[in-house]
Amino acid sequence: MSIAECGFLTYDELKEKQTLPSDARYSKGPVAVIECVQEIPCNPCEAACQFGAIHIGDPITSLPSLTAEKCVGCGVCVSRCPGLAIFVVNKSYTKDTATVSFPYEYEPVPKEGEVHKGLNRRGEPVCEGKIVKVLNPVSYDHTPVVTIEIPKQYADEVRSIERERGKGA
Amino acid sequence: MSVKMIDVLVIGAGPAGLAAAIEAAKLSASVIIADLNMKPGGQLFKQIHKFFGSSAHHSGSRGIDIGRMLLNEAEEAGVEIWLKSTVTGIFPGGKVSIEREYDDRDAELVTLHPKEVVIATGASENAIRFKNWTAPGVMGAGAAQTMVNVNHVRPGNKVVMLGSGNVGLIVSYQLMQAGCDVKALVEAAPKIGGYAVHAAKIRRAGVPILLRHTIIEAKTGQDGSVCGCVTAEVNEHFAPIPGTEETIDCDVITIAAGLKPTMDLIKLAGCELTYDALFGGYVPLHSEKMETSVRGIFVAGDSTGVEEANTALDEGRIAGISAAEGLGLISETEAADRRTEIWRRLDSLRMGPFGERRRTEKNHLIELYHESVKEQKAFA
Amino acid sequence: MDNRICEHVVLNVAPTGRSVTITVDGRQIEAYEGEPILAALLASGIRINRYTVKRHEPRGLFCGIGQCSDCSMVVDGKANVRTCITPVKEGMVIFTQDGLSEKKEAAS
Repeated sequence: MSIAECGFLTYDELKEKQTLPSDARYSKGPVAVIECVQEIPCNPCEAACQFGAIHIGDPITSLPSLTAEKCVGCGVCVSRCPGLAIFVVNKSYTKDTATVSFPYEYEPVPKEGEVHKGLNRRGEPVCEGKIVKVLNPVSYDHTPVVTIEIPKQYADEVRSIERERGKGA
Repeated sequence: MSVKMIDVLVIGAGPAGLAAAIEAAKLSASVIIADLNMKPGGQLFKQIHKFFGSSAHHSGSRGIDIGRMLLNEAEEAGVEIWLKSTVTGIFPGGKVSIEREYDDRDAELVTLHPKEVVIATGASENAIRFKNWTAPGVMGAGAAQTMVNVNHVRPGNKVVMLGSGNVGLIVSYQLMQAGCDVKALVEAAPKIGGYAVHAAKIRRAGVPILLRHTIIEAKTGQDGSVCGCVTAEVNEHFAPIPGTEETIDCDVITIAAGLKPTMDLIKLAGCELTYDALFGGYVPLHSEKMETSVRGIFVAGDSTGVEEANTALDEGRIAGISAAEGLGLISETEAADRRTEIWRRLDSLRMGPFGERRRTEKNHLIELYHESVKEQKAFA
Repeated sequence: MDNRICEHVVLNVAPTGRSVTITVDGRQIEAYEGEPILAALLASGIRINRYTVKRHEPRGLFCGIGQCSDCSMVVDGKANVRTCITPVKEGMVIFTQDGLSEKKEAAS
């Protein structure tokens, strides 16, 4: 089933449409994972990367491609992508844990040290994790980037945290 | 009654109208924008998400910020914006009547005699009918969006969204940002209508998208307002399948069933029209200058076919340049060069699986204009 | 019930207008000057604005931009005022509209 039919990406579909970082690159630390698989007219991620790791070119409907070797995992692109479709994954955070950095535009924004449920692409809770970093500088233009530490086996799955719903934010 | 002469009257202060006014005014035309709303910006100030598009379209900026930039630009260029000003008539000979309302005195009818007119009246939301669709709590997705993003008030707490196009997806997301609980998106088609990245955002938040489903009834409480929503699966002819009904607990049902170009003034001006299902209904035939079959009447934005803010901005720019050209404020060659550059940008926006059909259709409409409009009607 | 948004990641939702009181069907509610009447009503949980002329069915917010007139109410004695595009002023007296005049039970 494709994302147009179910609304979320399966890892197989993502692998087929995007070039994901290699195991060798993952072993070196945080790296961007671009989950943009439809040719839509959009290119802010290209300009967001000061390391020249993201390429779209002309036409602007081309899919972005990541040169993982140039990516330092800074996460600026995560805040700039209008589709909120870029994540930074660090599979070598500790021996047993990985981190996933994701855009999170809801109140309340989680705080460092809090424990939250990690959600997969379908919004299902798959594990618990500790928030290790929350960045929201002016240059991110109100798109906080949250980093959660989770058991390593969920690094390719967790993409958000459970929202505190209906609280009257 | 006095008649005021001006160079360009722009009708509608949304992205298309503002862009047209800015271009014409920068080329030193005297420009008034008339808009019936209390605030300028059209629907831009409801768009709190970061926009797609290229850097030429301020991509990556939020709609609200693009709106502010445009208003500043318009002010710097000397554009006069008349709010609460409804255009009520466009008359042969080129006079335009406008009803202006004021905060501190009675409304008055003003007559303008512009040399050129740009009609950028946007589009209005379509409704879908089901049992009790008129009950309080059933509303357009745009209405709910206005409440949360402009007025900072939730229209209710538990929402079911009908329609999975970009409006349905984006407004669902924004309702969640406002603290609402979105229970489900309901979509009759077998696939999601809008961009996958928008769908991914709301799926990631745990909201189901019910494809091949529709809403058949709004449940109402004692006071007659919405307290639930009955969905059903549909067959390949989009007819509900008996026995598949399910009730979702909600107090708001929002309808995102597409938009229809607002054609009243374009029709009134006598512009030649054609029906175009892809663009949402009747649309005016127009040239690559964005000029209609009536000389001196230009169109731009959603009223020429429903698209989005980026294309509206660029069509507005073309209309503004062309209006200035008609006034002799820019040479034909320079105007043509600038238009070519903008058309190239528009073509790149209208690429990919979502844009391709719109690009083909837009070109078709322009061809149709050249085939059917042998001689333009006079306006001014 | 308060439906006002008090925190938002993107928007500054601090009220811009002065806090005032308006009267709706005899009940006083808080509102902010300059906001649409309809917004103040929704904030207080009021979502029926009028009843139709023939069948007396309730209507409320539908388009939110002054096009559909479903949110019309009687405001300071004037019927058919579209509350979604009419700004709040201090002391406004508002009634739910029934047909073309104020709703009887509401007025008494």
